[in-house]
This record gives sequence, structure tokens and C-alpha cells, in this order.
Amino acid sequence: MNLKYFLRNYPTTFLGAVIVLVFIVTALGAEQLAPHDPNWVTPRHSVRPPDSEYIFGADHNGRDILSRVIYGARISLLISMTSVTVGLIVGVSLGALAGWNSKYELVIMRLVDMMLSFPGLITALAIVAILGSGIENVIAANMAYQIPMFARLTHGLVLSTKPNTYVMAARSVGLSDFYILLRHIMPNILGPIVVQGSLLIPDAIMTTSALSFLGLGVSPPTAEWGGMLQDGIKWFRLAPHVMLFPGGCLMLTVLGFNLLGDGMRQWLDPQLRIN
Amino acid sequence: MAAYVIRRLFISIPTVFLVVTAVFFAFQVIPGDAARMYAGDQASVAAVEAIRVELGLDQPVSVQYLSYLKRLISGDLGISFITRRPVTVEIGTRFANTAILAFGAIIASTLLGIFMGVVAALNRGKWLDYFLSVLAVGGISIPVFWLGLLLMFLFSLKLHWLPTAGNATWQHYIMPTFCLSVYSVAFITRMARSTVLDVLGSDYVRTAEAKGLRPKIINIRHVVRNALIPLITTVGLRFGYMLGGAVVTETVFAWPGVGRLLVIAVTQRDIPVVQGILLVFASVFLLVNIIVDVLYSVADPRLSY
Repeated sequence: MNLKYFLRNYPTTFLGAVIVLVFIVTALGAEQLAPHDPNWVTPRHSVRPPDSEYIFGADHNGRDILSRVIYGARISLLISMTSVTVGLIVGVSLGALAGWNSKYELVIMRLVDMMLSFPGLITALAIVAILGSGIENVIAANMAYQIPMFARLTHGLVLSTKPNTYVMAARSVGLSDFYILLRHIMPNILGPIVVQGSLLIPDAIMTTSALSFLGLGVSPPTAEWGGMLQDGIKWFRLAPHVMLFPGGCLMLTVLGFNLLGDGMRQWLDPQLRIN
Repeated sequence: MAAYVIRRLFISIPTVFLVVTAVFFAFQVIPGDAARMYAGDQASVAAVEAIRVELGLDQPVSVQYLSYLKRLISGDLGISFITRRPVTVEIGTRFANTAILAFGAIIASTLLGIFMGVVAALNRGKWLDYFLSVLAVGGISIPVFWLGLLLMFLFSLKLHWLPTAGNATWQHYIMPTFCLSVYSVAFITRMARSTVLDVLGSDYVRTAEAKGLRPKIINIRHVVRNALIPLITTVGLRFGYMLGGAVVTETVFAWPGVGRLLVIAVTQRDIPVVQGILLVFASVFLLVNIIVDVLYSVADPRLSY
């Protein structure tokens, strides 16, 4: 499949991939890309509107908003990737265990039900209420939602794959449970899990920003988009640009992941491809 | 039907019990002394000890847990560390405000979302479908708090059409309800579009076409009716998630609801209020799930219980 074909048939997926790529490059190369120090306070530049030197303007402390947005990408990437990766590994393992062995099913799935009896943001708030704010705790708050989500999905997928003849065949030749799960079941259910993962990344980015926006996430002065928006509230009468750019970047990033996730879902789900 | 409802209620009892247990024990590990927090920083050691005995905090955790369960059953959620008022009162005075917001938003987003999804699916591949799909993916991507700020900037500060904060007049309801609805409208639009497309590809629609029914009748009588059934689940789930959205929306618009109370309580480490709200939210969420399952069985005659 060449690029031209891809562009013509999946323009939105391509757009999503480009946005995600820009986001990742920005996050990784923050030091090289940021024109100013994100935490350098210059009172005389307070709420300076956008111009050629401060392209996104400056916030109430005179810090360059563009640089803070760039460093904010790093925090978003760090938190969302860590929590989704751990959530995926732990959640898929638990879900596979529950789906494969009915001995553990009751306990694991009851706990999953319990965790998912709250909307994601409420679970995150509860975790922050217990552990306090800060980057590690925001990651934990995201994982508290990601793990049961992956577990529930994997549990269902394993249950529906188990009755297949090839699983029975693998069992009858005496392969170990672990080997069957890893080599026979996993490859067949990986598609939906990856799609779920790609759609939970924007969820994690949004939850992280929401927590910071509520003043319960990443602690200031660390540049984080939600926290920058919270600063923006106090100033948005005088200086609307303070809240405009961090929010715009947050939306663009989430949009990129959603477009990419949609494309992957279409790609991996043959039924959707017909539609 | 009644038997199914009762059975469904019974099935959720262990989950409720687990939630209650988790909410109790999770907050035991918090550093800090609850009696000291309740008494305040200025209180003497003797006063703190008196409160410890009064609240039963000198007892072992197992005893505290049992008395917590006992109090819960009698409808007592404890007393706020900050305001010293019963948690049930704190939540009770705000619950209606959140409920109005959530109900308004879910009704608006169900009607609008299904309409847009059906229109998009029936115009599949045309510019209208494309336009609505772009709108929907934008809707699920826009952060609620940013949207709220943008709306406030435009309609309150620049145009002076709508008030920014509070819930005094009917105008105060417009922006928060809209804000809370956007994600759900977009989500329901996407789901409605894909379920309608599923139904359009089914055999009975082909049969209806083959026997020469007019497209309009096929669309209304066969397609939309059948597509609505799986959407019950989607709408129900969205209602549960409204509670999460309400936390952010209420904070942006200074809405005197339970969501904002939760944020304030977490900030002030007002544990009894946090616990109380978590239990109320979980109960609402589980109850909505039960209602969804029951509605589903009513709407789909193939399922019988």
C-alpha cells in the first residue's frame, strides 16, 4: 500500500497520524523546540498578547505560552503513555486470567465491576483524594480506570475465543495454558485490544488535563495544558490568549488520537471496512 | 418482567457492597488524623480525644467498618469536616441542581445525537454525512472546560447575552447544559450512525426493498426502529458519564451542584463528603445500568426474561 492510496482513501486517518506524530516529536524534542524557558518568570511581560517574539503571548507571570505548551505536550505524553501501557499490560493479564480460568474469574471481574461503577473522571478524583496530587498520583489515577477497562475487554474476548477448535486442538496436544494464551489466543484478540488502547490514550490525556484544571493534578509551576487553562480562567477577561492556546493544543492532540483510533478500528475490523 | 427487575437488583448487591467497602477502606490509608481534622487546628488535645471517642475513631478498624455499614443503612453518611453539617444535607441541597443539568443534557443529546446519526447514515458518503462525522469527532475531542471558557468569552463577555456563573435564571441553564451535552451528542451521533449502517446492511431491509416498499417507510419502520435498540445502552452509559462531565462543567460555571462539591471536598480533604458523593454517584450509575438493561429487554422482543 503506497502513501497516495492511503491519503486518498483514509484522509482523516492520515491527518490523525500527522497530528499524533507532531505531538510526539514536540514532546520528545521540547528542549530543542521551545524558544524560551517555560518557567522563566518575567513580570514586565505579564499577559503580553501574541507577537513575533512570543508567538502565543505570555501568561500572567510573563512566561512564554508557546514554550509552556511545548513542555506541556511532554507531560501529557509521559502520563498518558505510562498509564495506558501499564493499564494494558496489567489489565490484559488480569482479563486473560479471568477469561481463561474460572477460579479467578469471580474475584477479578467483581473488582473490575466495582472500579467501573464510577465514571473515569470520578475514579481519578477518588484516587487523587486518597493519594494527593502530583505526576505519579495522576498516573495512578489514570491506571485505576485503564486497568479495569482493559481487563473487561480482554475477559470478554478470551471467553469468546476459548470455544474455537484451534484452542481445543492446542489443549489436546498438551500445550501449557500460558503458551496457549500467549501464542494462540493473544494474536487473535490483539486487534480490538490495540484499538481500545489507541482510544484510551486521548481519554488519559483529557483526564490528566481535567484533573490539573480542577487544581488536583500536576502541581504548578510544571507546565500542563489543564493547569494553564486554570490560570487562563482568572485572566480571560483581560487576556483571552492565555486560555486559548493550551486548550486548542489539547483539543488538537485528542482529535489526532481519535482520528487515528477510528482509522485503526476500521482497518482491523473487516465488518466496518465493508461499510 | 418484575422477576427480572428484582433479580437484576439482587445481582448488583455484591457490587454495591464492594463499592461501599472499598470507599471505606481506601480512605483509611490516608495520612492524617480524622479526629484532628474534625476538631480543627486550634483544638486542644483533650478536645481532639473527646471527638475521637465521640466519632468512634478510637475503636479498631473492623468495629468502625461495622458501625459505618450500620449508619449507611440508616441513611447516615457522616458529618462534613469543614461545614460540620451532615453529608446527606450537603449533597441533598445540591443534588437537584446536578440532576436538572444531567437530565437536560441527556434529553438534548439523545434527541440531537440520534437525529444527526440517522441523517448521516441515510446520506452515507455524501457531504452531509461527512460534515456530521467531522462535527462528531470534533465534539468528542473538545475539552469540556475549554469549551465552557470559549462559550463564556463569546456569549457573556463579548456579546453580553448570557450570564457567566450561578443558576439564578433560566438563561443560566443554557451554557452549562450545552457544554455538558456536546460530548454526548457527538458520541451518540457516532453510535447511531454505525448502528443504522449495520441495520441497513441486514437481510430484512433487503427483503423490504425487494418487496417494493418505499424507502421512506423502510427507513422509519425497519431501519430506525431496529437501530434504536442498541442505542438504549449507549444513552444509558452516557448518562452515567454525565456525572463525570458535571464535575468539570459545574466548576467552570460555578454551578451549585454535587460535582463542584466533590472538587471542593477533595481540595479541602473533606473525607466524609468525598465518600458520600462517591457512594451516591456509584448508586446512580448502577441504577442507570439496571434501568438500561430493563428498557433493553422491553424494547427488544427477542430477549425474554
